Amino acid sequence: MSANVGIVIVSHSADVARGTAEMVRQMVGDEVSLAFCGGDPGGGLGTNVESIMAAIDSAWSEKGVAILVDLGGAETNSEMAIEMQPRERQSRIVVCNAPIVEGAVMAATEASGGAPLEDVQRTAEELYPG
Amino acid sequence: METGLAAMTFDENQRKSLIEGVALQVIAHADELTSLDQAIGDGDHGVNMKRGFEAVLADLDSHVAKPLPEALKALGMTLVMKVGGASGPLYGTLFMTLGKELPAEPSAEDLVRALGAAIDAVKARGKSDVGQKTMIDVLVPVLDALAAGEEPRAAADRAAEATIPMQAVRGRASFLGARSIGHMDPGARSSALIVTAAAEVLEKRA
Repeated sequence: MSANVGIVIVSHSADVARGTAEMVRQMVGDEVSLAFCGGDPGGGLGTNVESIMAAIDSAWSEKGVAILVDLGGAETNSEMAIEMQPRERQSRIVVCNAPIVEGAVMAATEASGGAPLEDVQRTAEELYPG
Repeated sequence: METGLAAMTFDENQRKSLIEGVALQVIAHADELTSLDQAIGDGDHGVNMKRGFEAVLADLDSHVAKPLPEALKALGMTLVMKVGGASGPLYGTLFMTLGKELPAEPSAEDLVRALGAAIDAVKARGKSDVGQKTMIDVLVPVLDALAAGEEPRAAADRAAEATIPMQAVRGRASFLGARSIGHMDPGARSSALIVTAAAEVLEKRA
């Protein structure tokens, strides 16, 4: 599993995160490690650092992890979660500037072929022109 | 100094009044923060901040047992973990940086320097700057007031009011574009509340 870049999906909604992960699994298969989280610490809509950190741990690969997010707070919380990782991991985790569903599928497709983290990120980010 | 912020020791009771005062102030205004956020955001700022500061109160004894810098770092970490939404990392970064920069017995100069560093860290975290209708628009005038040796509460309230005519370019409110004009920024208001509560406690100590 850890031969490929891992994918983490962070949505404000647990349902969106779960559904996105389900699409990735069905379209891309099991060759990438995949984790998802959604919802704030009280169980409402939102994101929280603790569950993002757990998702990064669960999807961790020596080749790195690409995170796909939906709205602003998901990005801010993901960046915070990255900073709280062990130093040697931090440079191998990126937040992709891409739409969450399409980005997750594209990133996972790229990752499943054994591409390095930079390629996975670039492929996802090509979805946002300019 | 007139601000009552000149170098003093922070004993356990003083740390407790400071942290408790700030937490209770935020919690007491949760509904107001939520209404402000319903106008231009997703309406969760009050609930999120309340949850975060309730968690701070739950850990109050362990926070205040620590020296001021460590207490602030622990408070910041609690906010990061419990607030949810973008305000968790933003306020967490503010308090954690203050904790990193302040000595255990800060002078007024220490506070100005540490707050400057904390504001820079919040700007980096939120990729935002002055004039974008955010908490930064309160924190920077507060820093200016403190640097000038002035009492910061009036500056904080004035600055929060001044976000009303601004157009948001960061965060959820930016989706509204020009429609964000005419509403006070919820993060600016919560920052003003925190500054006011902290200044009140520090003034009583002076």
